[in-house]
Amino acid sequence: MYKRGIVQVWSLEQPDWHCKIDEGSAGLVASCWSPDGRHILNTTEFHCSLSLCQLRITVWSLCTKSVSYIKYPKACQQGVVFTKDGRYMAVAERRDCKDFISIFVCSNWQLLRHFDTETQDLFGIEWAPNGCVLAAWDSCLEYKLLLYSLDGRLLSSYRAYEWPLGIKSVAWSPSSQFLAIGSFDEKVRILNHVTWKKITEFEHPATIASKKTIVYKEVEKSPSVETERLSFPPTKALASSLFSTQSKYEISQVPVSLQYIKPVADRANPKVGVGMLAFSADNCFLATKNDSIPNAVWVWDIRRLKLLVVLEQLCPIQGFQWDPRQPRLALCTGTSRVFLWSPAGCVAVQVPGEGDFQIVSLSWHSSGDSMVLLSKDNCCVCYLEREEVK
Amino acid sequence: MGDWKTITVPVLSSDSKNIFQYTSERKRSPTSMNSQVLRLPLPSSKNMHSFFSAFCTEENIEQSISYIDRELTTLGFPSIYAESKGKELNLISIINCINELLALQHKNLRAQEEVEMQHLKLGSDMDHLQNCYAKLKEQLELSKREIVGLQERDRQLQSKNRNLHQLLKNEKDEVQKLQNIISSRATQYNHDMKRKEREYNKLKDRLRQLVMNKKDKKIAMEVLNYVGRADGKRGAWRTDKTEARNEEEMYKVLLSDYEQRQKQLLVENAELKKVLQQMKKEIISLLPPQKQKPKERSEDGLVLSDLEEDIGELNKENMWELSCETVREQLTNSIRKQWRMLKNHVEKLDNQVSRGHSGAWNEKDVISREDHELETEKLELEIQQCKEMIKTQQQLLQQQLTCDDETTLLLQDCYLLEERERLQEEWRLFQEQKKNFEKERRSFTEAAIRLGLERKAFEEDRGMWLKQQFLSMTADCKHSENVTTPSAFLRSSDQDNWLVKSTSQQRKPPSVLNGSVSAEPCQTSQYITHNSVESKKIAGDSMPNLWVESDDKEETGECTKSWEDSGVGTLLCRNLHMEQLP
Repeated sequence: MYKRGIVQVWSLEQPDWHCKIDEGSAGLVASCWSPDGRHILNTTEFHCSLSLCQLRITVWSLCTKSVSYIKYPKACQQGVVFTKDGRYMAVAERRDCKDFISIFVCSNWQLLRHFDTETQDLFGIEWAPNGCVLAAWDSCLEYKLLLYSLDGRLLSSYRAYEWPLGIKSVAWSPSSQFLAIGSFDEKVRILNHVTWKKITEFEHPATIASKKTIVYKEVEKSPSVETERLSFPPTKALASSLFSTQSKYEISQVPVSLQYIKPVADRANPKVGVGMLAFSADNCFLATKNDSIPNAVWVWDIRRLKLLVVLEQLCPIQGFQWDPRQPRLALCTGTSRVFLWSPAGCVAVQVPGEGDFQIVSLSWHSSGDSMVLLSKDNCCVCYLEREEVK
Repeated sequence: MGDWKTITVPVLSSDSKNIFQYTSERKRSPTSMNSQVLRLPLPSSKNMHSFFSAFCTEENIEQSISYIDRELTTLGFPSIYAESKGKELNLISIINCINELLALQHKNLRAQEEVEMQHLKLGSDMDHLQNCYAKLKEQLELSKREIVGLQERDRQLQSKNRNLHQLLKNEKDEVQKLQNIISSRATQYNHDMKRKEREYNKLKDRLRQLVMNKKDKKIAMEVLNYVGRADGKRGAWRTDKTEARNEEEMYKVLLSDYEQRQKQLLVENAELKKVLQQMKKEIISLLPPQKQKPKERSEDGLVLSDLEEDIGELNKENMWELSCETVREQLTNSIRKQWRMLKNHVEKLDNQVSRGHSGAWNEKDVISREDHELETEKLELEIQQCKEMIKTQQQLLQQQLTCDDETTLLLQDCYLLEERERLQEEWRLFQEQKKNFEKERRSFTEAAIRLGLERKAFEEDRGMWLKQQFLSMTADCKHSENVTTPSAFLRSSDQDNWLVKSTSQQRKPPSVLNGSVSAEPCQTSQYITHNSVESKKIAGDSMPNLWVESDDKEETGECTKSWEDSGVGTLLCRNLHMEQLP
């Protein structure tokens, strides 16, 4: 509850355990868990008579009665990131109009390294899955990506072009071999971890002409109603099936032209560029979304560095996520259907239920057997049957 | 020479159309005469006579003669006088001189003609050249005009080009300028942003100070139930030691990551090296073998020896897994060399194929196009021939299988007739043989009968003789040849008995004999053999053997007699018995 400045914590195993953190009127900006699940990091606005007003991260420990503070964090999109193994935490800071990065050891919250970055306005940082490289990138006004080693040395910096709008999204591949950068010029550039140089770039044009790409198009089908079976009053199942439309995938013939929305030129934060990037867990696929073609998800084959599949939906894509175990992509478009794609094919799944369940976001369980579908007010858990391998 | 004066000659008589041209004056030679002579050009044909008469008249004959003589001598001809200063003329020399003068005249005429011809030719050549010259001048004019036009166009295009270059430069300059503008504005914006950020911070701070409630400063947390730490340990104090430990751990993490990466790279490196080695070996194997011209052989030999050295070296070194610069360079250089050689070889082959080279190459692998074509033609011919053969054979087969019924019947009849005739012939032969055999058998039987009769008679005689002997012997002596005679007697008695038996057999009707022929002769033969065996046992002399044989003979004769009616079937038995006969 950001407005009231209170953070409430419940335990899943012990239902009567409860924790409440009151930040007072200090103003709670953000809150997140630490990877060991025993600390809560609250970013608050801090002030004291001597120092200038800035943000402060309070690390509340649930096991000890200790509190730690981290000064001058930056309230950017991704200011606090943890390594995959949860040992180190990187915090983006800004002091006197200069950006810094601090690296902390999560076991005792000790500062390990503190260094400045050559960015104008640090927008985001992200650890590589192997925990040894930290990527930091500038805001969209400047295309600049910096790579730092765990001990704070600058390994390399990458800049694709100078003046047009720059980086929109960044993703590491699970093996830390590749770093994908999605930018406002509707391209994804992939850097390799040995030389930190670009190995290829993927384009997202509105017309797909390559014969080797499969384009799946979502097609709506209204079910045929047999008038004999109509009964009064209509049963629930019948009602829902009458008015709900089913959709399925069809393969479109190449060349296909996708729905392209021209961005408004004189507005800030234009809806253009690659805004979503995700690598599959087995390092073989990359899913991207071009914001100027909001209804399509592009799946690239990383082994061949080629476009593999384009999924064209009827509504704009709200989010997608890869299964943590298999190369399986789940995406939602704000309708009550969740769509799954795997190299074997793709399927549209209707969420059963009354009324509209508009899926806004989804999240896989770490075992890959189930996922949580979230709408504005509700959430639903979807179980996937696993095929038995004999 | 003497000088000549132009002297007017008095008008000649008769034809006065002479035109005398006085050409020149000549000095008189010192030896010249005082007479005045004229030299006149060749006159026209009309005035021949007048001309000739003009020179020499009756008055000045001598003078003219002497004049002529003088001229001729000066020209190199012999004098026309008989003697040096006499007045008699040498006719022969005159005629010779005339002849020579005529010849000279002819020569001069010819020379004149030639000169005129040449003159004409040169005139026409000149005309021709003048024409050519005129044409070339025209062409020159035209090309000059063209050049001017092209130059004009070239100038226009160049000016356009320059304009475009200029435009391009202008655009580039503009772009550069705009970029400069953008960069300067960006720096300005950044500076402004920073300033505003600072201002904003200050303002926020002041606002907070104004609005802040002191009570809210206390921020505390009460924990009712402590949750255990995730890893079960207790919290630790923050000391330098811990800091050092943190550093250490961090470096360990980094180092382990680097080591892992290095291992991966090493593995990749080793794989790539292996692949390169394999490639090198394969390239070497693809290159042409060493059986070529000596020049190339030497080159290949050298190269190959280098290669072998390289391979040897690299193999050794790979075993030790060195990865230093020199090894890498060696490997890549050798692969490049091999690849270049292979490329050259492939290019050579391409050239060969395109040129259709033949004859000079003695390479077994390389077949010239012509030879190849010849072979293909030959093969095609063979194929055609074989196909034709197959077709004809098929036709024949079809004829055989699917011809008309009549023809089949005819054919079958033909075959049957053939066979029938053959069989008939064989039957005839068979019948002939049968007749022959019959004849022989009859003759044999007759012979056997005669033999039998003779034997009978002989036996009777013998019997008689023996009786007589016995009687005589018993009368004379009793000890000698006792053994033989009684046996002989016994045998003879036996034989008599047997003879009686056989005759009794003969009396039986032949029909009965037919059926039982097979049984009885066997029995009799058994009996005979038994008898002979017995007789053999009794006496071991040759005499009883003879008797035995004769017994057999007799028996056979009787047997055959009885078997005559049975027909062909018993030929075999007869043959067997025939064999026993000597």
